[in-house]
Amino acid sequence: MKKGVLWRIILIAVTVIVALVFFLPNTPLFQAMPEWWKKTMPSKGIVLGLDLQGGLHLVFEVEGDKAVDIATERIATSLSGILDRKKIKADAKKEGPFVIVTPATMDVRKAVEDTYPALTLIDATGALKYRLSAKEMERIKATATDQVLEIIRNRIDQFGVSEPIIHRQAENEIVVQLPGIKDPRRAVEIIGKTAILEFKLVDDESRVAAELPPSILPGEETQLFERFKDKIPDNDEILFQRMVNKETGVVTKRPILLKKETLLSGDLLTEAKVSIDQRFNEPYVSITFNSTGAKIFEDITGQNVKKRLAIILDGNVYSAPVIQERIGGGNAQITGNFSLEEAKDLAIVLRAGALPAPVKTLQNVTVGPSLGRDSIEAGKLAGLIGTLLVVVFMIFYYRLSGVIADFALLLNIILLMGAMAALNATLTMPGIAGIILAIGMAVDSNVLMFERMREEVRAGKTPKAAVEGGYKKAFWTIFDSHVTTLITAAVLFQFGTGPIKGFAVTLSLGVAINLFTALIGTKTVFDIMHAKKEVARLSI
Amino acid sequence: MIELIKNTKIDFMGKRVYAFIISGLLSTLGIFAAVQIGLGNANLGVDFAGGTAIQIKFSKPINLHEVRVALEEGGLKDFDLQDLPTENKILIRVKKTEEKLGGFSERITQLLSQKFSDKQPLIDSTTEIGPKVGSRLRQDALWAVLMATLGILIYIAWRFQIRFGIGATIATFHDVLAVLGIFYLLNKEINLIVLSALLTIAGYSLTDTVVVFDRIRENIKKLLKEPIETVINRSINEVLSRTIITSLTVFIVSVALFVFGGEVIHDFALAMILGVIVGTYSSVFVASPVVILLGRNLKRRP
Repeated sequence: MKKGVLWRIILIAVTVIVALVFFLPNTPLFQAMPEWWKKTMPSKGIVLGLDLQGGLHLVFEVEGDKAVDIATERIATSLSGILDRKKIKADAKKEGPFVIVTPATMDVRKAVEDTYPALTLIDATGALKYRLSAKEMERIKATATDQVLEIIRNRIDQFGVSEPIIHRQAENEIVVQLPGIKDPRRAVEIIGKTAILEFKLVDDESRVAAELPPSILPGEETQLFERFKDKIPDNDEILFQRMVNKETGVVTKRPILLKKETLLSGDLLTEAKVSIDQRFNEPYVSITFNSTGAKIFEDITGQNVKKRLAIILDGNVYSAPVIQERIGGGNAQITGNFSLEEAKDLAIVLRAGALPAPVKTLQNVTVGPSLGRDSIEAGKLAGLIGTLLVVVFMIFYYRLSGVIADFALLLNIILLMGAMAALNATLTMPGIAGIILAIGMAVDSNVLMFERMREEVRAGKTPKAAVEGGYKKAFWTIFDSHVTTLITAAVLFQFGTGPIKGFAVTLSLGVAINLFTALIGTKTVFDIMHAKKEVARLSI
Repeated sequence: MIELIKNTKIDFMGKRVYAFIISGLLSTLGIFAAVQIGLGNANLGVDFAGGTAIQIKFSKPINLHEVRVALEEGGLKDFDLQDLPTENKILIRVKKTEEKLGGFSERITQLLSQKFSDKQPLIDSTTEIGPKVGSRLRQDALWAVLMATLGILIYIAWRFQIRFGIGATIATFHDVLAVLGIFYLLNKEINLIVLSALLTIAGYSLTDTVVVFDRIRENIKKLLKEPIETVINRSINEVLSRTIITSLTVFIVSVALFVFGGEVIHDFALAMILGVIVGTYSSVFVASPVVILLGRNLKRRP
């Protein structure tokens, strides 16, 4: 036998076996394998993309500017408390991007700057005007994305999704993939909710409160703001409570005048769980504060008996009950006509914590499970028929050589599947198209070689010489045409997202493997045929 | 030996004037389509335009008109309806949403489940793309096409000569533009999947071009005295059968994909079928004539 042929046979056999081992997990056969095999051998195989198995693909943008805004607000609020505890008579509030502290005395200034060194003094005439330093703002924006990522991960864990994929993309974007999820709408709600819980006092003393209409229809908010723009007291704001008429299902919004100051917020929570109201059989969320929060809550309730305390989530008032007495122990209840599911979801987001900044949905792709199943079936059918047609055509046109090309095609398919499984590549619908196209292109190399061989035969060469000449002369043509396809596949990979990337992976693997099967696979078969005796005629 | 094409002596280069007219028309159509896409006047998929697309499956055949009326009564404006009657599916698209994502799919599902409860509407898929993502994708797509052609130009120029590189690149552009133009004429949706088909065509249509160029390169050395038309004509005739057969195999699988591959991949397969045909044509009638246009002396490397 010609030198090297044996080695090539071994090489082909080994790659086929390795490919089959990698691909095994994608077949039902894997379940039948012995325990040690399942433990030690590759077990993941090719992963189905979201478009094939159904699921949810979300892209969020973290609004970093708002994170800075929220941080500024928080600093202003806690400064008031800190100054108060230091027995310094001073007032701190947020105005636009600034924290304004009055009066502008040295004592106050020292206290503020000792507590928050990240504040930069902009102006000290009349009042102390501070702003977060540029460096601190950058830091907040950068950490906001990380924190959002962590919190979203936490929420999804509590929601219970198997194998979620959560990662960061670009500076401030987060990609969430939830395969096989049954209730995508709920998942989007849970993940995207900012979940900032605040307690604020209702301002029933202002004249404006009496002038507010009892309810408006959704969409009329701006109109209302226009009307009361100049009347709202300086430290007040109007927020809305969503009301649903239980009989008619009509949604209305009740405007409520509130003191702007946040007395207590959700970051002091330790626990949030769903309970059922015994009297009305209505679910509510009961929350527990840590000791600091409990102390603040006790003070608020103690100082404001008979006043109303609003519980606000993401700027919407959930309820505004009248404080009956001082409440110790740090327990509070959030009611608000929840369904059991809504209450559960609210408990999840409160437990996992508020996002440091709101997120904006940039992209939301949901695929139902049946579409994916249909796609896979259709893809299999198209692949099978396409392959069969090509196989038959090759045998019809090139006879025995066509059979050899078909052998290379089979080798190509096995290796492609194996390579994808080894890389745990994600198979998407365009990816299936890529595989089928790769099947069509796989025989191209053989066509190029066979046509060359025919030329050699016509030129009067012996079969063996014709094969050698065909391979040698066709090699660079095949190589060049493969490289051009690889170039576009690489561009597709670089630019594409999800499904398109999957297509690029299959296409480039297909092209690379094709080089191997065409140049080594078929050549070896020809060499075996011509090894023993000179074949009289080349069946081509 | 079965031979599809045997010892042809077709004067391809002699017909290059006609070829230029046809190719010119196809390319113009493609450029027009590209401009229309850029201006937002084409049938862009939501992935490029931004907006919401919802595919709904019913248990029984559904009348598109009834759906339209139901949605309009529900207060929905500016939407596109399309049906896939064989599978009792409809596709609803709401484009260019300025408001935040999330509202439409819920409203539409609610409306349809109320009106057509007997036909059990089920959501197959929803796609919501914010306007920012859409415009970024459009930009990326343009870059991808430019990068791919630049990569090909450099590679072919390096492996052959610069004028072959230019010929191959023009042929590639021609193929992509022609398919894009035909899609525009057919009012097919231009989306990410169609774009990936276009890029695949860009890569694949070159296979034939490379085969022809390869033979020209070889024949230049043999036929030193012959005029360039003779060299190119002879080269094309010599490799004509393999040019056609390699395209034929990809054509076969593309047709299989088109017929059996399911709705998601339908337009992709159509683009591939068109691309294979145009690509084969262009490797003979675009790439090589352009090489002649760029200079008659093939021996001297420009």
